[in-house]
Amino acid sequence: MLRLEGLSKRYPTGDEALKGVDLEVPKGQVMALIGPSGAGKSTLIRCINRLVEPTGGRAILDGVDVTALGAGGLRQARRRMGMIFQEYALVERLTVMENVLSGRLGYVSFWRSWFRTYPQSDIDEAFRLLDRVGLTEFCDKRADELSGGQRQRVGIARALIQDPALLLVDEPTASLDPKTSRQIMRLICELCEERDLAAIINIHDVLLAQMFVPRIVGLRVGEVVYDGPADGLSPEVLTEIYGEEDWTATIKKDPDEGNDGDGVEESTEEHMQGLT
Amino acid sequence: MADVAATAAGRRWRKPPLIKNANLRWGLYIGAAVYFILASYSILVEVNWQRVYEGLPRGAKFVGGFFPPFPFANIIETGGFEELAAQRLIDIGDGLIESLTMTVTSTVIGILISVPIGLGAARNIAPMPVYLLCRGIIAISRSFQEVIIAIFFVAMFGFGPFAGMLTLSFATIGFLSKLLAEDIESMDPGQAEAIRATGSRWPQWINYGVQPQVMPRLIGLSLYRLDINFRESSVVGIVGAGGIGSTLLTAFDRYEYSTAATILLIIIGIVFFAEYSSGKIRARLQ
Repeated sequence: MLRLEGLSKRYPTGDEALKGVDLEVPKGQVMALIGPSGAGKSTLIRCINRLVEPTGGRAILDGVDVTALGAGGLRQARRRMGMIFQEYALVERLTVMENVLSGRLGYVSFWRSWFRTYPQSDIDEAFRLLDRVGLTEFCDKRADELSGGQRQRVGIARALIQDPALLLVDEPTASLDPKTSRQIMRLICELCEERDLAAIINIHDVLLAQMFVPRIVGLRVGEVVYDGPADGLSPEVLTEIYGEEDWTATIKKDPDEGNDGDGVEESTEEHMQGLT
Repeated sequence: MADVAATAAGRRWRKPPLIKNANLRWGLYIGAAVYFILASYSILVEVNWQRVYEGLPRGAKFVGGFFPPFPFANIIETGGFEELAAQRLIDIGDGLIESLTMTVTSTVIGILISVPIGLGAARNIAPMPVYLLCRGIIAISRSFQEVIIAIFFVAMFGFGPFAGMLTLSFATIGFLSKLLAEDIESMDPGQAEAIRATGSRWPQWINYGVQPQVMPRLIGLSLYRLDINFRESSVVGIVGAGGIGSTLLTAFDRYEYSTAATILLIIIGIVFFAEYSSGKIRARLQ
């Protein structure tokens, strides 16, 4: 469904953030992208919806080469790609509902969006999504009144109301505490399964990635150095991705021994089974 | 560990100076001091202290001319209200209304023109040619003081409040567009990026991604500009651009200092009120 062919990005400063990345994500597959800071994870997902303009290669979504589109075509393609951000990137002074509805901007006319007169079907869907992420009663609160986890849920609802085929998720848990991080990761993975959505999730927490995501791609200085199942991450592979370090504590333990024994996440294991 | 502690003990630390080069630093300090002393000296020798002393009673008489302000002076002098005094009150009222009209219309027109120019002058959202054009307009508007623009417009359109209104609108554009553009340039790019990622059109992107971030400041600046415009409306009146300033100038020309005092008190009152209420509203917006 999404195919990257030699996607590369060289910044005007001369830094090569991506060196010809080839990647294929089939429909409905959730994929985690791990790698050290500066490996080009953020650049990669931003090159797919062209928030960052790639300098070479192609990104093909459902047969359409996104990198070749003009302004109008790009807008249409962006509607098919929902994006979730590290710092939530909600418009702080708009209400929760306005933030969610802003996901429909690519579908409604300027004046409808200006007067906030969205079609009833959009509003129904917004309420359904808010209900799904558990924030219905917050719909008229301003986004800056919410906690981190709540904001990220709004961010998720905004991405989903676009009715996307693909989710681009940039460090969804980096600003959250460990428990909220897991809840958010679980929510994202559940929603992808419910809606048969493909997702690329940038994440630097290797354990969290292994816990929820079946396929992992490791990126190092702009190149894919690992692409395989979550349990294929050996110390050698992690050294290949991140460099020399003692990895024993990072490698996921055998599920039979219990996951990590913190007792907070009872459903974690079922989840992994559901996903793998 | 003990070794480290021993060598670290007694080590001195000072905040690094702002100007690193010691010669340059002391040179600047001494140069500024010498310049200040010479400059004050050159002004003070010009003053004839004898004449200043002799002029003091006259100065006191001049200031005394303002008290008591009109119309109290008239009531005290004549024991009643004459036709002339009534006419003067009407003049003051007309001047005030003219000033307030000028203030409000020029602020509204100024805001309407400033918003698009401000958008164009923000480097992070406008393409280079638009940016340069809008920055050019702002630079022109800001390089002239209101009085100079007023003289220009009075020469073009004749005496009266129309010239004043144009002057204040023009000055508002420079002020508001520049500050709005700067606010847009310092906005959070993440929020704007998220709206762009939804596939929004450019105007939708401005409406959702940019406007909510800069709106409180835009409203605050507009209110602030409203009270600047009222103050300026009394200044531009002095060069013939209408309003309370013209009334004030007439009062001085006729040596009617008590009337001038009344006008000054009214201006102070309105400025106080405008400043207080706009401050209140701005505080609530943050």
